[in-house]
Amino acid sequence: MTKINFVDHSGETRTVDVENGATVMEAAIRNAVPGIEAECGGACACATCHVYVDEAWTEKVGKPTPMEEDMLDFGYDVRPNSRLSCQIKVSDELDGLVVTVPERQA
Amino acid sequence: MSEAIKTDVLIIGAGPCGLFAVFELGLLDMKVHLVDILDKIGGQCAELYPEKPIYDIPGIPLVTGQGLTEALLEQIKPFDPTFHLNEMVESIEKIGDPGFRVTTDAGKVFECKVVVVSAGGGSFQPKRPPVPGIEAYENTSVFYAVRKMEQFRDREILIVGGGDSALDWTLNLHPLAKRITLLHRRDDFRAAPHSVEQMRKLVADGKMDLKIGQVTALEGADGKLSAAQVKGSDNAMSTISCDTMLPFFGLTMKLGPVANWGLQLENNLIPVETASFETNVPGIFAIGDINTYPGKLKLILSGFHEGALMAQKAHRYVYPDKRLVFQYTTSSSSLQKKLGVN
Repeated sequence: MTKINFVDHSGETRTVDVENGATVMEAAIRNAVPGIEAECGGACACATCHVYVDEAWTEKVGKPTPMEEDMLDFGYDVRPNSRLSCQIKVSDELDGLVVTVPERQA
Repeated sequence: MSEAIKTDVLIIGAGPCGLFAVFELGLLDMKVHLVDILDKIGGQCAELYPEKPIYDIPGIPLVTGQGLTEALLEQIKPFDPTFHLNEMVESIEKIGDPGFRVTTDAGKVFECKVVVVSAGGGSFQPKRPPVPGIEAYENTSVFYAVRKMEQFRDREILIVGGGDSALDWTLNLHPLAKRITLLHRRDDFRAAPHSVEQMRKLVADGKMDLKIGQVTALEGADGKLSAAQVKGSDNAMSTISCDTMLPFFGLTMKLGPVANWGLQLENNLIPVETASFETNVPGIFAIGDINTYPGKLKLILSGFHEGALMAQKAHRYVYPDKRLVFQYTTSSSSLQKKLGVN
């Protein structure tokens, strides 16, 4: 199992375990992490699982695909480290990943 | 008020469950009209994931949202349903036992025996951009759709977004607006390339402005917008003077008027009993993602099953004097006749 840390808007951190191959969004939904809505269920078709990837992890997590960039247009307060968590696949490399959940999804 | 359209069953929501319900109702001789707020048939399948593969439709290993919609339309063709798109049901009034008068936001009126709510996550509505205080300007200075272009003549318009709606309205309103500024969070547009080219030409010719950034605050008073504050991609703040803002941030699902129809609600879902998926109001059924019951799974296949059982009970309301004999499409010549295959 791989650990993912979700920091909420107030700064509180929740750490959840998820198996490799799942997405960061699924890790959040299965563990009822507040602030991740995932309205479309992970189809990269809304923008309600938006997270900010911690600066220390941006390189490992990588950049959004053009399709994801298109969806990020619908996000709130999109920043250079913004990603849609349904498009981040969990692997050993991401053990300990830190993402911040934005103040609101939409 | 226009003359009422009379039908056996009115279905609210033309997603996959609403479409398959037409089939099950049609086999039992019930005529159907469908109303949907989108401008196209297919619900979430058409709006959210037309090109995404679906793997859990029984007997179909892989189909896209669009493919499933097209297949369902083909399947229900023999029953010739009537679609009323771009319309939202606003009210349902009881006029019989059962019998309902249903009114849409376009002023259309239906009179039917049975109502089927297959509204999925509710109605798709324009996303409100998360700008503090934007509500105060809605419908006076901020609009999420263009109904009459003339309304925007000589206005100083800020259009926000990078998709087709944003670009199309930039190009269409440009000749009549006083000035148009297009604002997008990045200098890359998902709209059709030829519209982007046209827009860039207007910018190059000095006929409109293009800004890269995101709106953080609005300025104005009494619902009258005077400017928008914008944070650029370099985090620099600037102000764009405007009296009108048109944000195009896509659609989101909101429960909408479903909440006003006198139906019991539980966490924004409609509780139903599981023998016929009828709501607390006899004659109004709820199928698909919008209903809830113990063990409910939000799967398209569950919605199909719910539609089949719903049709059995609906038959009793539409044809109270007819006995319903259960038949299979594989062997029943009368069902095959209805399907036009015999």
